[in-house]
Amino acid sequence: MQIFNIVIAGVGGQGVLLASKVLSESALACGLDVKQNEVHGMAQRGGSVISFVRMGDQVHSPVVMPGSADLLISFEPLEALRYLHYLKPGGRLVYNTIPINPSTVAAGLAKYPDEVEAQILARFPQALGIDALALARQAGNGKAVNMVMVGTVMKHLPFNETLITAVVKKLTQGKGVEVNLKALAGGAAA
Amino acid sequence: MKKIISGNEAIALGFGDAGGVFASGYPGTPSTEVLEEVARLGEVYCEWAANEKVALEAAIGASIAGGRALATMKHVGVNVAADPLLTLSYTGVNAGLVLMVADDPGMHSSQNEQDSRNYAKFAKVPMLDPSDSQEAYAMTRVGLELSEEFDTPVMLRTTTRISHAKGVVVPATKIAPEIRTWEKNVPKYVMLPNFAKLKHVEVEARLLKLQAYAETSPLNRLEMRDPAIGIITSGVAYQHVREAWPDASILKLGLVHPLPVEKIRDFAAKVKKLVIVEEMDGIFEEQIRALGLVVDTGKDKLPRCGEINADILRAALDGSRARSTPPVEDLPQRPPVFCPSCAHRGLFTILSKLKTFVSGDIGCYTLGALPPMGAMHSVIDMGASISAAHGMAKVNALAGRSEKPVAVIGDSTFFHSGMTGLLSMAFNGGGALVIIMDNRTTGMTGGQENPGSGSTLQGTATHQVEMVPLIKALGIDQVYELNTYDLAATEAAIKKGLATPGPYVLIDRNPCILRYKIRKPAMNVAQDKCTGCRACLKVACMALGLNAAGENEKQKVRVDPNVCNGCGVCMQMCKFDAMHTLEGENHANL
Repeated sequence: MQIFNIVIAGVGGQGVLLASKVLSESALACGLDVKQNEVHGMAQRGGSVISFVRMGDQVHSPVVMPGSADLLISFEPLEALRYLHYLKPGGRLVYNTIPINPSTVAAGLAKYPDEVEAQILARFPQALGIDALALARQAGNGKAVNMVMVGTVMKHLPFNETLITAVVKKLTQGKGVEVNLKALAGGAAA
Repeated sequence: MKKIISGNEAIALGFGDAGGVFASGYPGTPSTEVLEEVARLGEVYCEWAANEKVALEAAIGASIAGGRALATMKHVGVNVAADPLLTLSYTGVNAGLVLMVADDPGMHSSQNEQDSRNYAKFAKVPMLDPSDSQEAYAMTRVGLELSEEFDTPVMLRTTTRISHAKGVVVPATKIAPEIRTWEKNVPKYVMLPNFAKLKHVEVEARLLKLQAYAETSPLNRLEMRDPAIGIITSGVAYQHVREAWPDASILKLGLVHPLPVEKIRDFAAKVKKLVIVEEMDGIFEEQIRALGLVVDTGKDKLPRCGEINADILRAALDGSRARSTPPVEDLPQRPPVFCPSCAHRGLFTILSKLKTFVSGDIGCYTLGALPPMGAMHSVIDMGASISAAHGMAKVNALAGRSEKPVAVIGDSTFFHSGMTGLLSMAFNGGGALVIIMDNRTTGMTGGQENPGSGSTLQGTATHQVEMVPLIKALGIDQVYELNTYDLAATEAAIKKGLATPGPYVLIDRNPCILRYKIRKPAMNVAQDKCTGCRACLKVACMALGLNAAGENEKQKVRVDPNVCNGCGVCMQMCKFDAMHTLEGENHANL
């Protein structure tokens, strides 16, 4: 299989890492080589977070190059715009429409850009925007935005949905399982 | 069984599977998860040391006592541990000892971009440079074996993209070698000059033996493909090379010090163009050029600063341009920020207001240097806040300036190497105001235990260091508590500290809300009372934002209840009584 490149973008604290883990564990479970990589450290809270998941017969670099992502999943609209250039022509973009203010905006030092969604759609008309927070709350917990986002792209991954569901069951224990599975299904139906 | 794990997790697993018995380190991105994973696996004794020097020295003791040992740290941690490292090279080991060091090219979370390969040359010890999680796993065991075979410490070096990247690992058979006998051997372990002189001769001979080993070791792998281009590389750079030029011939170095000189000569003779691809410094290149070999491309075209990747390599060698459209420009940055309800926020709100010079340190509070606070004016290394403030105070006195410098340091950094600075200040009669943000954890790296936490890395309850008696014992009499959630009291305390001659210490003891999962009800803004003056926004909290304004109206502030954790610092900035605590459940998504 040719390399399938996924970029997941968001804000520190949104659960980008768990979403990446679900995708990479699923790839491993279906026998693919996989590398997953994100930058954390100072991006622990409120910083911009970007994570790469690469899968295929043999994956070398852990880094996705701009212009080569098959799929960009963004948990926040401004972050979708920031990392849009990672998509390859014909790639797929799904983003959460709920904005989170950068600290600079919260402090009144910068302005959250106007019409971020319109800017995304102007550059990428096929992009799909969904209110992942509402769907997460419907599933029972506003923190399940990450599973909603995974749900939205399930149909477009090189492995089937049953596999992803099984991995989510394995990775999240206790009461969280039910919420996460609901969130996954909610995202898939969006 | 196949697993997908990070390089750091692979090193932890590899150490346990190779019969490791003692692991010590100090947290530092991107090395931290190695020891956390050793603790999680639960099979090997492990501990956080007070600093990297202590970690390495404890590992040396473990090795002398006969147990396979591991010390972990980030690149700058090796500077702290350099003193034992350079003499450990002379003594050698009993049981195998691996020093794992994680470099941070691109400085994702570091104050400099030093290349640890220089330390292997400097200390004259072998260094392994894995290129993925599987190699990180295997090289941990190889490192222990080489350490015992050649009687030397072995450095295992990663970079951020190895430590934090996850890849597939197939573990080897677990072994459990017996703990070796503990012997007294004065000429080997006592580095008095007469013994050290003999040892230095052995170190030079050992390097020659290691070089001979390097020539035939499978760690250095020849991959002959198209001979038009031959690339010498190592670590994650190897993966970028494979990505950029799948058909190129490669000499992939796993043992990066000492270099396999004959193997390199042979490789150079087999290929038309010799290219050397290294992230950061041109260490191979220097040595290879010194052999008299012709290098077609190296640091003349490849960057010394930052990370490399396949696009950078292609651009440098082929002049090919990246395939992507350019990124959207002028978007507001999203820098990291104090967590909602972090105790640091109140402190920097006041320091920013007082406009005093702040000598800073390494930790979450370093973010106080960023706008809108801008209340930190020097940050050098762990512990420097106090010692540098001492030097500033001395020169200020000589220059007849009345301004007293303020040092800000966290608890873990204070235990690491701030205590010695304060001791020195007390000893020499300094005059700085030292503020210790004692949140009972090593926050920036994700909340690791330290001597003030009351529990160890393995979760055992332990003695909790009390700051006030400790500081008094160092010779400081004026030590007072601070509560940075109370802005007026904080301002008064800092002003008093600045006005009082001599060393003066303030300690804030509010715990890290993230580490200790502290939840408070969110705030709310009464829109009829808010005048849109934006005074509250000076506290730089993600939970605050501005509502859309109507005609001829100022934008008013709103609080996001999903983010707010109810500390009330913004409320104290409000002169119009517009902010109140929201009744009911806290929804903060921390």
